[in-house]
Amino acid sequence: MNIHEYQAKKLFEEYGIPCPKGAATSSSDEFESCIDTLGEGLVVVKSQIHAGGRGKGTFTDGFKGGVKLAKTKEEAIEYANKMLGNTLVTIQTGESGRKVQTVYFTEGADIKKEYYLAILLDRATSRPVIVASTEGGMDIETVAEETPDRIFKVFIDPAYGLADFQLRELVTKLGLTKLESKNAAKLIRNLYTMFWEKDADMIEINPLITTESEEVMALDAKVSFDSNALYRHPEIQDLRDLNEEDPKEIEASKFDLSYIALDGSIACLVNGAGLAMSTMDIIQHFGGSPANFLDVGGGASKGQVIAAFKIILGDPNVKGIFVNIFGGIMDCDVIANGIVDAVKEVGLELPLVVRLEGNNVVAGRKTLDSSGLTIVTGDSMADAAQKIANLVA
Amino acid sequence: MSILITPETKIIIQGITGEFGARHARLSLDYGTQVAGGVTPGKGGQTFEHAGKSVPIYNSVKDAVEATGATVSVIFVPPPFAADAILECVDAEVDLAVAITEGIPVRDMVRVKRAMAGSKTRLVGPNCPGLVSPGEGEDSKGGCRIGIAPGYIHKKGHVGVVSRSGTLTYEAVYQLTVKDIGQSTCVGIGGDPVNGTSHLDVIKLFNEDPDTHGIILIGEIGGNAEVEAARWIKENCTKPVAGFIAGATAPPGRRMGHAGAIVGGAEDTAEAKIKVFKECGIEVAVTPSDMADALLRSAKAKGVTLS
Repeated sequence: MNIHEYQAKKLFEEYGIPCPKGAATSSSDEFESCIDTLGEGLVVVKSQIHAGGRGKGTFTDGFKGGVKLAKTKEEAIEYANKMLGNTLVTIQTGESGRKVQTVYFTEGADIKKEYYLAILLDRATSRPVIVASTEGGMDIETVAEETPDRIFKVFIDPAYGLADFQLRELVTKLGLTKLESKNAAKLIRNLYTMFWEKDADMIEINPLITTESEEVMALDAKVSFDSNALYRHPEIQDLRDLNEEDPKEIEASKFDLSYIALDGSIACLVNGAGLAMSTMDIIQHFGGSPANFLDVGGGASKGQVIAAFKIILGDPNVKGIFVNIFGGIMDCDVIANGIVDAVKEVGLELPLVVRLEGNNVVAGRKTLDSSGLTIVTGDSMADAAQKIANLVA
Repeated sequence: MSILITPETKIIIQGITGEFGARHARLSLDYGTQVAGGVTPGKGGQTFEHAGKSVPIYNSVKDAVEATGATVSVIFVPPPFAADAILECVDAEVDLAVAITEGIPVRDMVRVKRAMAGSKTRLVGPNCPGLVSPGEGEDSKGGCRIGIAPGYIHKKGHVGVVSRSGTLTYEAVYQLTVKDIGQSTCVGIGGDPVNGTSHLDVIKLFNEDPDTHGIILIGEIGGNAEVEAARWIKENCTKPVAGFIAGATAPPGRRMGHAGAIVGGAEDTAEAKIKVFKECGIEVAVTPSDMADALLRSAKAKGVTLS
């Protein structure tokens, strides 16, 4: 689960991680009072959406920059008014962009140098890893490619935690002054405590900065949490912003469906994540384009199939549906009856190809064939994928 | 023979009295698996009855292992208690713990994996379909079925299958069975980012097993486990290997159902993994419908008989 920058910075404050003073609001009436809580000087105005690349983004009305530096209060309010309610398109949002519903004002910082800092899980070692670099403010993947010697990693033993010597080594590699080193070590230790205690999935600070007075602070904050651990963090669950999620994905989660919208024309409904991914792949292999990822889980009950059809049909790009079920334990005839009932209930008019395999499959296919509906059946994944690709083409 | 489990293997089921655990306990009993006991704290002394069979329930894994001599435990307990259930297996020194549970927090698994270092227990999973070593009977009955896979799609034979995904494993197994090619053991290692047994661990076991003549390696986007396995295969494995990677059409940065199925960088895309497979001499299945045929191509090229 992702949270906004202003929410992340509040957590940073709780954990003693310095960041510029800031205030957020969703109402233009509060712009002035927010700015008044900050000190004198420059104001940074930041659009709050769950996507990176905000600074270089463009709003759909042509206004450039989701992050702006203002010299005066009036200028800051002017920028904020242009951002709030406007739709920001960045490299991570896709063409449709995201509507800005909150604006965050922060004090400007006196930057001496920018660094990169992140904590995440290293899958190869099954341990948390701290990733730091002297090349801050840039895309870290570019740094990894061009100057890998400027990226430093610290792997943490979960039984012992972050050791002091590891911190000393890291701040030395970053080439910090004595006072900066002390401040950075404290910041990184606190950040690791937050990562561990809050079951974070990833924390990324880009840039982390040093100032002329040798302070170290987080200018930006990107934080996400392990969804499986949210049950033990109600305070984190409260930070969820449904405005940032696809309404179809929210609807799907109510029925235990895992749905992700894509931009193709063939919708798919599959049981199991691996099979669902490969169903998308095989659609593309035969010249079609998948409209979504949809995993109905191990089962595929009638209620789930009806809900799934309704969600799929809510996407205007969908021109056909491919149902691919490997009914291992479940009776294929029960699934077939569920599909027939669902088609009747939602009044499906688009081409539908069903591939059923597994337990009691003969009866299941018979149910589909004798339903009086125009349901095309496929013998294998490849056969069915070819059929739906041809029907939609 | 087979790897990790045989038809004689005695298993216990943690969470046998829960709905999910009970359903699959019945299916394993029907398959002919030696279900020697169940574990549910507080229900020790009761029994689990199915089709004329009576399975004793114990309060702890240690009690169950001492009383039954079981060497494998399968875990069906809910996510908040699953890490504890795995550690209980380690303490009772079972050979193999198979965690079916989906949705265990990553931090719990990071700690469990660290705690298991140096222990005698091997973990398969979590978030996995389990393992099957098919038997000789009708619909492969008489084999050892641990977890949630449909038993009847299997056939006893000489192909090893390893995969992160459940239904994609069934797809591969079924393709083999309808071609009359049997399996030695099928292992689902699970779709989570932190798991016990890796693709490579299973590949090494298949390579050493004289009864496994060919291998299907199924992977997906995210992480580098498939790449690690492929490089090892290139250096050490002479058996025919077919490979498939799911997720070629997955957009970067989105988790595709499995917690571990996410494209994070240039190295963990389907395209990158398929390229490594080809470099390592693994016959790549063009589509998921091509997995059994890909293995047949590899076997033919190497002059190996699979059945």
